[in-house]
Amino acid sequence: MQPWEITFLLDEAHRWAEIGRAGHKHDNRLAGLTQVNAFFENSTRTLLSFEIAGKRLGADVVNLQAAASSVKKGETLLDTALTLNAMRPDLIVIRHESSGAVALIAEKVDCPVINAGDGRHEHPTQALLDALTIRRRKGRVEGLKVAICGDILHSRVARSNFHLLNALGAEVRVVAPPTLMPPAISRFGVTPFHDMAEGLDRVDVVMMLRLQLERMDGAYVPSTREYFRLFGLTRQRLAAAAPDVLVMHPGPMNRGVEIDSAVADDIQWSAITEQVEMGVAVRMACLDVLTRQRRSSR
Amino acid sequence: MKPQLFRNARLIDPATGSDTMGDLLVADRTIVAAGAGLDAPDADVISCDGAVLAPGLVDAGAFRADPEGCVAGGITSVVLMPDQSPVLDDAALIEHAGRLGKPRLWVYPLAAATRGLNGRELAELALMRIAGAVGVATGRSAIADAQVMLRLLRYAAGQQMVVVTHPESPELTHGAVATDGEVATRLGLPAAPAMAEALQVARDIRLAAEAGAALHIACVSTAESVELVRRARADGQDVTAATTPEYALLSDLALMGYRSYARLSPPLRSEDDRLAVIAGLADGTISILASRHDPRDQEAKRQPFVDSAPGAAGAATLLAISLALVAAGHVSLPRLLALLSTNPAARFGIAGGSLAPGAPADLLLFHPGRGWRIDSDRLPGKAGNTPFDGLPVEGQVLRVLKGGELMFSHAPA
Repeated sequence: MQPWEITFLLDEAHRWAEIGRAGHKHDNRLAGLTQVNAFFENSTRTLLSFEIAGKRLGADVVNLQAAASSVKKGETLLDTALTLNAMRPDLIVIRHESSGAVALIAEKVDCPVINAGDGRHEHPTQALLDALTIRRRKGRVEGLKVAICGDILHSRVARSNFHLLNALGAEVRVVAPPTLMPPAISRFGVTPFHDMAEGLDRVDVVMMLRLQLERMDGAYVPSTREYFRLFGLTRQRLAAAAPDVLVMHPGPMNRGVEIDSAVADDIQWSAITEQVEMGVAVRMACLDVLTRQRRSSR
Repeated sequence: MKPQLFRNARLIDPATGSDTMGDLLVADRTIVAAGAGLDAPDADVISCDGAVLAPGLVDAGAFRADPEGCVAGGITSVVLMPDQSPVLDDAALIEHAGRLGKPRLWVYPLAAATRGLNGRELAELALMRIAGAVGVATGRSAIADAQVMLRLLRYAAGQQMVVVTHPESPELTHGAVATDGEVATRLGLPAAPAMAEALQVARDIRLAAEAGAALHIACVSTAESVELVRRARADGQDVTAATTPEYALLSDLALMGYRSYARLSPPLRSEDDRLAVIAGLADGTISILASRHDPRDQEAKRQPFVDSAPGAAGAATLLAISLALVAAGHVSLPRLLALLSTNPAARFGIAGGSLAPGAPADLLLFHPGRGWRIDSDRLPGKAGNTPFDGLPVEGQVLRVLKGGELMFSHAPA
């Protein structure tokens, strides 16, 4: 996405956030349109967020939680895509465990497709909601120092944020143990650190990433205990950051693993619940903007 | 069958390096004579109009016996990998595989190194050699256990069988579908470092030296493993290595857009590795170019990259793609034809790769400068999955003969 497209979407989303806060939550502009949420990988919060966004705009929302089951039964992903398409949806939201899978499906269907996360590749609406949260709290994104910490290797959230934060002019750092840092990371316009104290030095925003527990039992990291000791976000660690630092997490959090509850729950720093709220606003903006052409031709 | 006289051909004998205009006489399935101004009143005359006449290609490694694709690419003999269904781990299966392509294509199977290619128990190598196996292979993956590998090399050495190995450390590449680097990180693909290849090649070269075995590395693709082969050969060890045109012409940039046709094993590497592969071909370190022909249907390839099957169809395009190395000045045409016929024939003890009188009349007539465009939907044989789809190439196969019999003839458009 181009920087102007990002700011356009953020402006739209900001408007939905304000409308939501004012209490007029419902709007009917997507009435009569069918939104299919096809989630081939388990998810609760992202699915819920897209469902609420669609319903607030008046769309007929259908959830398909396949968890790759029909694919495992022998139906190819493309057959699944063609089946979905034959039901003539007006918009499809897709999450899939394989990088590139969403683009593959998008080629085969006739309606707009929103990537709700594909493998380790991209999670664009998450990056947008992160940027919206930062912009609302800090007034801008440009020039801010942002540290993304944790399992960068497996994170689509991190990749989408590299792209978006760089496009908006932030200075991006990544902090991770070497086993969770992707190769050639410096080619992505980010500065890598293996030490939290160095990585958090005077940053304006800290984005913690979820570390999946199955990666903690000796595969990538010796233990949750050791990980928390080295990379867990605590009050003491946060002291190295700017005094008005913003703490973010895409959820769901592993308390006591990557983030200490004292930090996560402190409204002085934490924007974690606001991220969830902005998630709905960003998704409403995406659903609205992506269906405008369709609605105009009705 | 009447004798055949090929007139006015550019005769290239890669076995000697000679490249001259002349005629070639074939009778009784063998080459009788080659030279200028041959005369044979009772022969059928085939006018070659200056096209190149060379030995039929000997493909040093294919995963499928695909006669139609092979002959269209100028291949008359193919060494078949043991990864078949069922695995070629039994003398009867070897014997059956040897008959798969006849009469159009002669198939020379490799014996599976271990039962079911399980990497643990040795298969009946000697019985399979007697049944026609031209070597032993570890198949699509290397043998992880160094003790098993050492025993395999020792046993195979006793049977004078060349051992063909896959060059990737199975532990290090477990779950990986690409090479560590910017492209894999950008696409979010599980990847392993390129040195996973050198690690395995170094181990296998060292174990082969210990065992006194002949080692052939099925496909090298990195600068470091090319250098390991170069050093071992300089030391006089019996080591050969092959590669495929993909590793000389493509880097991992070909994966962008999640093009699953570019998912290969080993995976495509960096640009530096690609240039090192070309250098290895140019200086003779890599002495064989193979197709690793691995046709896959669309169901296996039209999948998300991680879930797609590895491998590319390479038989029908082997000559045309390889000729790009000649056009770029990396190797001479006779040298390229040696990489594609003489050298693999010698390595696996297969007749062919020569225009000398008495050699089998396995012949390839082609026009090196004639252009065409690769269209994956229209390639002959089981050949849809090529990473070169849409590429304009030069080098048109005109005729292919096996034992003097016409097996393929290009229909003029």
